[in-house]
Parts: sequence; structure tokens; C-alpha cells
Amino acid sequence: MPDRIQRKMPERQSEETIESDVVESGGSATDDLDDLLDEIDEILEENAEDFVRSYVQKGGQ
Amino acid sequence: MLVRLGEDAQSNALKQGSTFRPMAVPKVCGIETEYGILVRGAENNPVTASALLINAYTGAVHDKVAFDLIAEDPRRDARSPDPLDPYEFDPELEYVPVNAVLTNGARYYVDHAHPEMSTPEVRSPLESVIWDRAGEEIVRESIDAAQRLVPDGAELLVHKNNSDGKGNSYGCHENYLVDRSLPFGKVTTAVMAHFVTRQIFAGSGKVGCELPGMSSDAVEYQISQRADFFEEEVGLETTVRRPIVNTRDEPHCDASRYRRLHVITGDANMSEVATFLKVASTAMLLSAVEDNPDLEMPALASPVRAITQVSHDPTLATAVQAFDGTTIRAIDVQWQLFEIARNWFEQTGGEAVGEADCALALKHWERILAGLEHDPRTVADSVDWVAKHRLISAYAERHQLEPSSAALRAIDLQYHDMRRVKGLASRCGLRTIATDEQVSRAKTSPPETTRAFFRGRCIERFRNEVLAANWDSMVFDVGADPLRRVPMDDPLRGTAELVANVINNSATAKELVAALAEPNE
Repeated sequence: MPDRIQRKMPERQSEETIESDVVESGGSATDDLDDLLDEIDEILEENAEDFVRSYVQKGGQ
Repeated sequence: MLVRLGEDAQSNALKQGSTFRPMAVPKVCGIETEYGILVRGAENNPVTASALLINAYTGAVHDKVAFDLIAEDPRRDARSPDPLDPYEFDPELEYVPVNAVLTNGARYYVDHAHPEMSTPEVRSPLESVIWDRAGEEIVRESIDAAQRLVPDGAELLVHKNNSDGKGNSYGCHENYLVDRSLPFGKVTTAVMAHFVTRQIFAGSGKVGCELPGMSSDAVEYQISQRADFFEEEVGLETTVRRPIVNTRDEPHCDASRYRRLHVITGDANMSEVATFLKVASTAMLLSAVEDNPDLEMPALASPVRAITQVSHDPTLATAVQAFDGTTIRAIDVQWQLFEIARNWFEQTGGEAVGEADCALALKHWERILAGLEHDPRTVADSVDWVAKHRLISAYAERHQLEPSSAALRAIDLQYHDMRRVKGLASRCGLRTIATDEQVSRAKTSPPETTRAFFRGRCIERFRNEVLAANWDSMVFDVGADPLRRVPMDDPLRGTAELVANVINNSATAKELVAALAEPNE
């Protein structure tokens, strides 16, 4: 007899993690943001003007 | 009934609480996302590019594709699974060039000039996040596979956004199962003010303005990708004269019992919390009105005008005109809706949406509204428009850029870029709700508590015998006999509990169809 498929309900994060870090701590958030801006300088589309101009989509639903 | 929007509203909501009768139908739901697509370094044809993207995935990951030939176009030959050569394909033909149903129960296809991923029907908001995220991962794998097929020097870009910044929009739609006996006017009342104002937590943010008649830089930064594109309060259209409440009546199930509310106002979210709360809040409010059709809901005087007024003011200070002639801020409408949903949950236990999902959603809803009221930056880990705004503001300050500069518009686009090496949203510290393991499994496995289980498992197990798969039926080729169609009129049947055994016990589709025809199966 084949095994019955187990019903697996999605697990959840504990509620404690939801309550935490509602407010960013000033210092580290700023550092994180600076790091992120450095990263954006590296990975942002090289010719932003051309990229934005060429980004044309057909209308959908 | 329409509520006065003054200070009485909250007490009104509380007074109504005792009248909820738990009758709401389970809020089966799903999300359909049209992705933006662009080819660089070769001919940029979005139809062929979309076909290439999807065929690269279905060809690379699966050896054969199950095509739907009933719903969309009978000209499509479901028996020719070989991927079309996208560069040979004539884009002028108006049929769906690629239309795959995946083993996770999703539909992955070319819609107009966009690749579209429709999640399988799921039973809870959390599951909608899991399968929406799985859809993103499938798109990422598709990009990797397709990139190997494009000419040298060419590059395929895919964005989970809703606008090109030039007045062209494409949707991220949600669907909710609604009781047919609830008059559609009540459905409209339940959701209209919500669809105008939920963008304050579910908007994905946009540099500039696309409202017809206004210049692009008339708005530096706005809350919603999509708000500029609505022209009607209620209507049938989805591509022109778009309505805030869409009346498409195509339930894809037993029409005598159910409606499918088709929602076209939403932004595609990168934040899992935003997707979760967008779906959960809408599902709770629909359930509340099913449980009390006379429930008083906030009502706005001019929803079409209000949806852009709200979007165009990231300070959240703008008050829009209420039906009673007073004015009210979007966040105050949201506080009223939050109270109604919480009251409904406390009175009924929230079974139609799922108790745990409701409890989680109410926590996030309250936390985010309080954060937005205090300082929107505090919810940059949950709300897309805030996360994007934070990047754009800081980058503009660092490089002394004008608000309409191309670099900021590029950041806006790149926030939604699906390529791992380029996408900015994944670098913003957004909270997650779904686990990696859940998402990974959902790429190939269907949800277990809707008919999507039957669809997905049949495609996995009887791939060569599935002739067509549709939302509400499947057609099997059982050899010499006539084709067999298995109807799936009830989204709540075909679950793992009901059909896992019979699928597992059947060696062929023929055995499956025979077993399903027996009583007590």
C-alpha cells in the first residue's frame, strides 16, 4: 500500500521575531545604508540614462 | 451601508461586532504576476522573449510541457511540446505562444507581451506568499536557462514591477473566492476604500508620475506603481479604462456557489510582508462582509481621484474626500478597516482565512500602521515603497542628484530586477515570512488543501497522459478510449486528503480516471 502523503502545514516564524526590530537602531542602519549605496554604485546599470530610456514595455492587464 | 467617517467609526465597528455570523466561504486565493521583460543586445521583441524565457524553463527543468488547450486557444496543438524557436516565431499571431501548467499547480504563460506566473489556488495568505515567492524563483531559474539560449552579447532582463515609467502598465492580480449569494454591490462596498488606501503598506513605490495629463516630474516619488492607471470605480476592463473594482465574472468553478473576485489594483511586491498583508487584509474584509452583509464600511466620495491623491503623497498627510463630505487620511481609513478586521476575527475566530494567518496579519497590520504614523522609515523592512524611497533618497543625497535623474529611475527599476546579481530589493534587509525550504518545495510541489494538489500531482505523475490542464478541469488521454475530462468545479476538493491515495495507487491515468469514477473515492 503506497504511503499516504503527509499533510504538511507551513511552519511559521516565532511571533517574537515579528515584534523585534520595529525601530532601526540609528548607527548600524546608517552603516548598512552606506554599504548598500556603495554596492549600488557598483551594480547600478552602467549607462542609467540609456537603460531608463530603453526600458519600454507593452501595456498589459 | 455607508459609514460616517468621523470619530464614531471605530465605535460603530465595535457595535457591529456582535452581528457577525461565521458563514464566509474559505478564502481560496491566488496571485497572477505579469513581469516586465527586455532584451538588450539583440532584437527586443517581448513576445518572443517571454516565450523563450518560459520554454527555457520548461524545456530545461522538465522534459515535456503540459499545455492547456481548452481555455485559451484551441489552435494551440497540445501534442507538440517541443519548445518553439523564439526567433523563428511570428509575434503577430495572436494566440498564446506558450502556456504551461507546472507540477506545483501554477500556470506559467505568455500574456500579451509579458511572461505571467499565476500561482496555484491556495488556502491561506501565507501560502500565497510561499507560492508567489516560488514563482519568483522559477522566473530566476528561467532567466538563467534562457540566458544560455540568447545570441552572444544579448541579455534578458525581467522585472517584477508594474510600469515602465512611460505610461505602460501591466498587472499583479489577486483572486479571492467569494460566496455567490453575496450581492456584488456588497463586495464592492467591502473593498473599495481598502483598494484605494491599502497602498500605504502594499505600494511598491515609483519615481515620477504617469497620470495622463501630468508631466512625468510633477511627482518626485509616489507610493504606488499602479495608482496612476485607474479611470473607473467599477468595470469589466483590465487593459484600458481600468476600474478599481473589476467585475469580471469568470469564477473558474461552480458559478452557482462562488464568485472569483479578480483584483487588478495591486502592485507586485518584493516584500513578503507586503504580499502577505495585502492578501490577508483583503481576505479578512471580504469575509467580514460575507459574515455580515450589512456591515458598515468606510466609503470615499471619489475613489478614482483618491487613489492617485494617496499615491502622490509619501508624507501620508493628504486627506481625501469621504462620502459624508468630510475628509480623511488614508492611514485613518486603514485604522478603521483594521478595527473592522480585528473585530471580525475576535468574533468569529477567522476560520475562513485561517486563524493563525489572521493573528499574524493583524500584528503586522497594526505594527505597520503605527510605524507609518510615527515615521515611515521604521517600516523600511516591510513596506516596498518605503524601502525603495530610502535607497533613492540616500543615493540622491550622496550624489547630489535631481529627483527626476536617470540614476534614480534606474534604481527604481533595479529594485525589481529578478537577476540575483542586480536586484536591489534583496539587498534592502526586507523581512521574510516564508522559509527557504517552503519556497524551494513550492517550486515543484502543489499546495495540499485545494484542487491545485490534484492538478499538480497529476501533471507530475501522468505527464504524458495529461492532454490539457485548466483551472477547473483536466483532460487525460487514456489510449484507445475517448479523451476523459475530469471536472474540478470545487476549489476545495482535489486536496491531498481526498485524492493523494487514489493518485498514488494509480499506475496510469486510465486507472486514475476509473478509480475516480467509483463511488466513495
